Amino acid sequence: MTVALELAGVTVDVARRPVLTDVSFRMERGELVGVLGPNGAGKTTLLRAALGLARLRAGEARLDGKNVRTLSEAARADLAGYLPQDRRVGWNLPAWRIAALGAARRPPREARVAAMDALDQVGMAALAERGVLDMSGGERARVLLARLIATGAPLLIADEPAAGLDPDAQFMVMEVLASRAAGGCGVLVTLHDLTLAARACDRIAVLSGGRLIAFGRAHEALTPMILLEVFGLEGELTASPMGPMVAARRRRQ
Amino acid sequence: MSESRSIATGQGGLLVGLMLALAGLIVLAVAFGETGLSGHQYVMAFANPGSPAGEILWQIRAPRAVAAAVVGAALGLAGAVMQGLLRNPLADPAVLGVSAMAGLGAAVVIALGLAAIAGAVEAAALAGALIAGVIVVGLALRLREPETLILFGVALSAMGGALTALVFNLSPSPIATSEVLSWLLGSVANRSWNDIGVALAPCAAGVGLCTYAAGGLRMLTLGEETAAVSGLPMARLRAAAVAGAALLTGAAVAMAGVIGFVGLAAPHLTRGAVADDPGRTLAPSALAGAMLLVAADLAARIIPSDEELKLGVVTALFGAPLFAVVAWRAAQSWRR
Repeated sequence: MTVALELAGVTVDVARRPVLTDVSFRMERGELVGVLGPNGAGKTTLLRAALGLARLRAGEARLDGKNVRTLSEAARADLAGYLPQDRRVGWNLPAWRIAALGAARRPPREARVAAMDALDQVGMAALAERGVLDMSGGERARVLLARLIATGAPLLIADEPAAGLDPDAQFMVMEVLASRAAGGCGVLVTLHDLTLAARACDRIAVLSGGRLIAFGRAHEALTPMILLEVFGLEGELTASPMGPMVAARRRRQ
Repeated sequence: MSESRSIATGQGGLLVGLMLALAGLIVLAVAFGETGLSGHQYVMAFANPGSPAGEILWQIRAPRAVAAAVVGAALGLAGAVMQGLLRNPLADPAVLGVSAMAGLGAAVVIALGLAAIAGAVEAAALAGALIAGVIVVGLALRLREPETLILFGVALSAMGGALTALVFNLSPSPIATSEVLSWLLGSVANRSWNDIGVALAPCAAGVGLCTYAAGGLRMLTLGEETAAVSGLPMARLRAAAVAGAALLTGAAVAMAGVIGFVGLAAPHLTRGAVADDPGRTLAPSALAGAMLLVAADLAARIIPSDEELKLGVVTALFGAPLFAVVAWRAAQSWRR
């Protein structure tokens, strides 16, 4: 398998305070990796470091084996697409034009085809001509996901793609991303829903206070000890007829 | 925006329509003026451009109308670029401080009594705009966040305004003060074909830079983070947008003084016709800006008053209510 992303000893400071400390892991194409952790654990910074958007104090982020800081803008975009958490859209462009921005460096006709195909994958083809500001938050999130898919990049990085969506849409988003992974893409997402992560992700990275606490399959990463120490929850990952789920409650004081 | 409206008619049709409307307005602006001409005089003007009627039409009214169109187009285009770059519907060509610095350049030359030297005021205004342009381009290369750029623009505007006020303050004669004020209020009266020719070079460079930046403006719809990893050379595109808008604004201020509202309103008037696309708003906005200013100058000439109304006054008087209506309609659509 090809290594899609590798972080080696990545340390990032923000305002002279460490936000990520000595984080190392590698993920391959064809797998969906979820990054979990409480607010402020460094999840978004990890994604930004992987993309070369955060300045590293130490360590190196490699896309497809190449140091991301040495890649040209075009070469980096060929290797990774990014969906930030901020879903604000400046102008009321039709959905297909937003999705086509994922393929902005391709000829317009090809970009439009890629956009329509991606909108179809997220179930938004029927609303391709609707302005994104006239849509519900869930619809807009799906259009922005289509924009990510339209990049056609071999590594898709999404910051909380399921946040703020209804349960059906959350599952749909994760299904779409899982299908991209099954199609050979590396997919790296941050999530807050532990059960959703346990169901959808091939491997889970758990961050706490900027450090990588665990990285492995759901039963390795979401142990009762980690649930308690990282998330402050008493509980466990259990099996249910619908798949694994995290049954937990707040730690008793 | 409704689905049917966003399936916009081809942009070609829109541009041709706007161009025809602009041509019609320019014909009106050439045909009508303070001096009433008889049918015979119009015929003479065509048959013999050197005749008195021909002089009025081709050496006074026509360059004035074309100057208004060029200035309006420059402001309309610069406004559309600024709104796209800053993702802010309130942005206009003045937002980065270029207009204020251009006005300062002109004010200094007028106050020093050098206005009689041909082209001195225009050159000083353009120089002021270029100095501001170099500063904001330098900032745009380093700063990604539009809010920071706007704050620096506000600071530069305030500095330009304060220094212009200082020029008033230290001006030795009230006549010079009145000249500066009159120039700042904006006018395209007495512009010659030569003045227009001089402005074409910075305008053409500005149009080229803005056209290059159009794809980047569309990408910025999704915010700085997405644009930064889109594979487009965003720092270069951002700098091109700022440099292009600065050149256009500088050329416009140099030719006609400081004229408000056109650069703010023109993008809003055309955005609906291009499904809100900040890249495709540029050309229609330039044409709409040209139409607005030709119409405003025509109004300034034919509204009866002892002293001819200044162009900046007319655009503000008519532009403000018009803009309020556009803003109200936009607010209604955002509320949905």
